[in-house]
Amino acid sequence: MGFFLETLFGGLMAGMLYSLVALGFVLIFKASGVFNFAQGAMVLFAALAMARFSEWIPRWLGLDNALIANILAFVVAGAIMFLVAWLIERLVLRHLVNQEGATLLMATLGITYFMEGLGQTLFGSDIYQINIGMPKDPIFLFESVFEGGVLVNKEDVIAAAIAAALVIVLSLFFQKTATGRALRAVADDHQAAQSIGIPLNRIWVIVWCVAGVVALVSGMIWGSKLGVQFSLTTVALRALPVIILGGLTSVPGAIIGGLIIGVGEKLSEVYVGPYVGGGIEIWFAYVLALVFLLFRPQGLFGEKIIDRV
Amino acid sequence: MLYRENGQFKTSYRADQQIFPILQDRVAIALLVVFAFAGVPLLADDYIFRAILIPFVIMSLAALGVNILVGYCGQISLGSGAFMAVGAYGAYNFFVRVPDMPLIPALILGGLCATCFGILFGLPSLRVKGLYLAVATLAAQFFSDWMFLRIKWLTNDSSSGSVSVNELQVFGLPIESALSKYWFCLGVLVVMALLAKNLVRGAIGREWMAIRDMDVAAAVIGIRPMYAKLSAFAVSSFIVGVAGGLWAFIYLGSWEPAAFSVEISFRLLFMVIIGGLGSIMGGFFGAAFIVVMPIALNQFLPAFMGLFGIEISTAGVSHAELMIFGGLIVWFLIVEPHGLAKLWSIGKQKLRLWPFPH
Repeated sequence: MGFFLETLFGGLMAGMLYSLVALGFVLIFKASGVFNFAQGAMVLFAALAMARFSEWIPRWLGLDNALIANILAFVVAGAIMFLVAWLIERLVLRHLVNQEGATLLMATLGITYFMEGLGQTLFGSDIYQINIGMPKDPIFLFESVFEGGVLVNKEDVIAAAIAAALVIVLSLFFQKTATGRALRAVADDHQAAQSIGIPLNRIWVIVWCVAGVVALVSGMIWGSKLGVQFSLTTVALRALPVIILGGLTSVPGAIIGGLIIGVGEKLSEVYVGPYVGGGIEIWFAYVLALVFLLFRPQGLFGEKIIDRV
Repeated sequence: MLYRENGQFKTSYRADQQIFPILQDRVAIALLVVFAFAGVPLLADDYIFRAILIPFVIMSLAALGVNILVGYCGQISLGSGAFMAVGAYGAYNFFVRVPDMPLIPALILGGLCATCFGILFGLPSLRVKGLYLAVATLAAQFFSDWMFLRIKWLTNDSSSGSVSVNELQVFGLPIESALSKYWFCLGVLVVMALLAKNLVRGAIGREWMAIRDMDVAAAVIGIRPMYAKLSAFAVSSFIVGVAGGLWAFIYLGSWEPAAFSVEISFRLLFMVIIGGLGSIMGGFFGAAFIVVMPIALNQFLPAFMGLFGIEISTAGVSHAELMIFGGLIVWFLIVEPHGLAKLWSIGKQKLRLWPFPH
């Protein structure tokens, strides 16, 4: 029982991180109908920027306070992500308005290649560390209930808490502010939103900036967990089943979907994996999402798809 | 003046239904095929065959298959690499396990394995469409990556799924030299392209296009969506599977599952989109672009940078390649979202009126 709970918690924590990446996808898809494959590259880019600036800034300024260095690096990396978002909107998306979904998807794949190349050219291609002072030691929960308790990584708990906080902030932003309302209007109907005077281009820049910040936070957390390296881009591929499970257009869907996928992956790896040779967690998530899709084509929380002739 | 259809009267239904109704097209295509078979070997050397022409021919075949699914039937697929892998490993299993298995039947059987796999992973297309489907087909990709790495039986108990074939021959003729490999692949490509062209202009191709343009409307006029979509998956994955078999047997010789990673799927989709969705011709343009560009960049970039006195490291070259590749793709999509085939047809249209502007 303790072992089961341990796996379950591990899955929930991993799931929280997946939802964080998935959130970036959902935000952009909601607002601009672009399926942003570049989210993974943005995560890598942001993490690289963060890692290198937290290394460079103390050297340039002669600081030795890690906290201030990290905050400064975060701000600089955030600014870079804003710049990236603005450039993407300006140079790519603006010219591709009204194109088909597949073309936009391919354009974001092009952006992915570009950013992978650029990120590694600017920041180098070794493995870097992000040290934001996350405690690495494990803690034990429920020691009074079970023999030996449940082992949970403190780092995971903090990461999950950060993710949860970000989600709450984002939902507040979407529900309570004027900009958030404009974003939702654009998501509903581009033309209608434009006709009541919402500037589409500005909204797109904003939403890409938000996705950039989300990428930065997820890059920071994943980076401090796994080290900042090229394989961070595959995090995006791991997060894809999350969004089709939760629904492409739903923020809560990304969260719940992430949790389901995270738990499903871990449990399947532990309990089913040994019988079929292990390593199944990669495709298990996809198959789980597929099975869901067969019953609910729009995902768990996606808008109902209505076809009209 | 030279290229026009005036005066070419069709006096029978057969003449009206030709693949290329215009005489000049027929002549041009015939010349092109003759040139590809006979002229190219005179001009190309071994390196060009191995590095450019053979991959180009095989990738054109794969792009042809992907185009049937994505361009004609409108089902976005990111699982093409998996279909190639299944084709390759399927053919390998038949080739190794059945004694005296000839190469061509092995490739066809591999293609049929890919067909079954394609239909299985095409089933979600009955329920989901568009981008949801694109993600769903990624499942095929990851499943096949895992399957050929972990299920030892499929790879003849070799470690980490790496296998190799040798002593290939067709009708007693060895396929060893670069030229014979090229001819073999080109032969397969011509046959498949003819097959695909005839399929897409027949009843089934029209059904696919109707589904692509609007599936609800197509269903209303009596097209069975299930049959149309699954047949597109079947035909497409057969062609892609055969291409995978060729890629593995002829081009690579020895390979492992990573040869058919998700990267291949992306590249195939690039070929189809840059070449032009829903155009047989486009697949060839796209394949040429995607196959040749990285090689060209790799060759010329260091020399080009050297002109400006900038030394560039190997890692730097590969990063710059990524950037230029990505940038060019975005640029292409912006300037010509309908692909190179659109430029081609614009050119043809202009040629018809030439030398008059209107």
